[in-house]
Amino acid sequence: MLRDTWLIFRRDMVGALRNPAWLLIGIMQPLLYLFFFGPLLVKTLNAQGLSDVDGWMVLTPALIAQLALFGSSFVGFSLLADFRSGVVERLRVTPVSRAALLLGKVLANALQAVVQSILIIVLAYLVFDLNAPVGGVLLSLLIVFLLAVTLASCSYALALTLKSEQSFPALLNAVLMPLLLLSGILIPITAGLAPKWLYTISQINPFRHVVDVERNSFRGDFSMDALFTGSVVVLVMAVLAIWWGTRTFQRENA
Amino acid sequence: MITARGLERRFRRKGRSGGEVHAVKGVDLDVEAGELVGFLGPNGAGKTTTLRMLTTLLKPSAGTATVGGHDLLADPLGVRRNIGYVAQGGGSAPESRVDEEIELQGRLYGMSKAAVQARGALLAGQLDLTGLGGRLTKTLSGGQRRRLDIALGLVHSPGLVFLDEPSTGLDPQSRANLWDHIRRLRAEHGVTIFLTTHYLDEADALADRLIVIDDGRIVAEGTPDSLKARVSGDGVVVGVEPEVTTAAADTARQLTGAHDFDVEDGLIRFRVPRGDTAMPELLRALDAKGIVMSSIQVTRPTLDDVFLTLTGRSLRDAEQGAPQPEVPHVA
Repeated sequence: MLRDTWLIFRRDMVGALRNPAWLLIGIMQPLLYLFFFGPLLVKTLNAQGLSDVDGWMVLTPALIAQLALFGSSFVGFSLLADFRSGVVERLRVTPVSRAALLLGKVLANALQAVVQSILIIVLAYLVFDLNAPVGGVLLSLLIVFLLAVTLASCSYALALTLKSEQSFPALLNAVLMPLLLLSGILIPITAGLAPKWLYTISQINPFRHVVDVERNSFRGDFSMDALFTGSVVVLVMAVLAIWWGTRTFQRENA
Repeated sequence: MITARGLERRFRRKGRSGGEVHAVKGVDLDVEAGELVGFLGPNGAGKTTTLRMLTTLLKPSAGTATVGGHDLLADPLGVRRNIGYVAQGGGSAPESRVDEEIELQGRLYGMSKAAVQARGALLAGQLDLTGLGGRLTKTLSGGQRRRLDIALGLVHSPGLVFLDEPSTGLDPQSRANLWDHIRRLRAEHGVTIFLTTHYLDEADALADRLIVIDDGRIVAEGTPDSLKARVSGDGVVVGVEPEVTTAAADTARQLTGAHDFDVEDGLIRFRVPRGDTAMPELLRALDAKGIVMSSIQVTRPTLDDVFLTLTGRSLRDAEQGAPQPEVPHVA
């Protein structure tokens, strides 16, 4: 199964590297936020005293979380294309492990998300004087990896369940927008700033805790309090997502 | 190579109305090693569903089968290792290179890189794919892509290959070329081939033996010739002026053994045991009555006639009238 996973992983990486421009196009959205929205947000945060650290430390980790959230959620499209062209069927007739078919793809997606995140962090460092500790950045990248694994697995499972190029993006947008807004990616949803009901709802959103742990690790806060909830949440989500994805891949007719 | 008993498959219809589609209603099959068997039937007859069951893609609702020496239900992995499958719509990824696809396929069957490359080169030579390794599969012509699909199905040297509608969508020249390749592969590799088709000429041209399926059941099997022998006589179509149709038909009915008349304005169809000897007789008889023929056609029985005899419908009618089950897959 490891060998199969590696073969599938390599296939997808070779495909991605054949057109590396797409990796850059994939980070256009967070880059636009970084350059055209970042300066405004950071000035506001700093001026209003809404954050105890520099605004870039608030925005950059949120942008890489957003990248993992959105970028990895749409990978199911490639599976739909493989499904239409008969590739899925062709692979299913081979003795390849069903779990490897999923894991190879998911790992390739997660690695791409990490590389894209590194690009964003480097740009923020060079252009905007982001000043985050290396250890914190590495931890945040690990969390991005897990987040991408989670969303890519779910995306493949969902695509294979729906098998429709129409309903797949519609459903994704319907789910992702509230998740995004309620995770406080642009402006942190704090007890002090948000009305109580909004704060309560955001606490139910698992991705909020992931964004929190990204921010905490960026500022180098490695205390149990700062990391525990978000790390557990992202780990549990990743495990559940892989379980769902594998099950869907193994299920007959999928 | 294949033994199937009582294979059945039901699909649940989607939506609230519910209900079931009984796509395959109990199929028994026997295919010997080295045979080239054609599985013939109209669209919607259950060909692809049967094929998908035999290739482990779909679990039978009932029945048992041994494919390539392994039990379909107990050891699907063993079946997968020993068969090749070329799906109706192909299976190459448009954005992948030809050599990458072949290598991945072989390695997923556990072959070493060197073994895949050697085998790939051999197959490329036999299937006219040499020199295309660096091309993206989306840039191949339809015929080339079809041959690549076949190469992918053969890369691990399976003893049994399933070809689902191999020539669908190809132009006549590519079809004839593909048929040559299929015959040659079989001769050179001794591989058992099970192919589905709804083209009668394809079944006629390629298969040693035919199994005819209609409405989820096997309705006949035998060599193309033995099946054709079941149809009594040659087909004759005579064209005359519309106003003399009835008179001409009455004359034709005098021919010894003429039967199965189908008369419409200006066109008379019937069957007669020996078309070649009956024609001069008919010509003379019509001439004596002063009836002029505008056209005449005599055809040897075709598999379409076989289908008509077996099911009471022509293959074309069957396709139009067939209830389309919820297709559980694309391609």
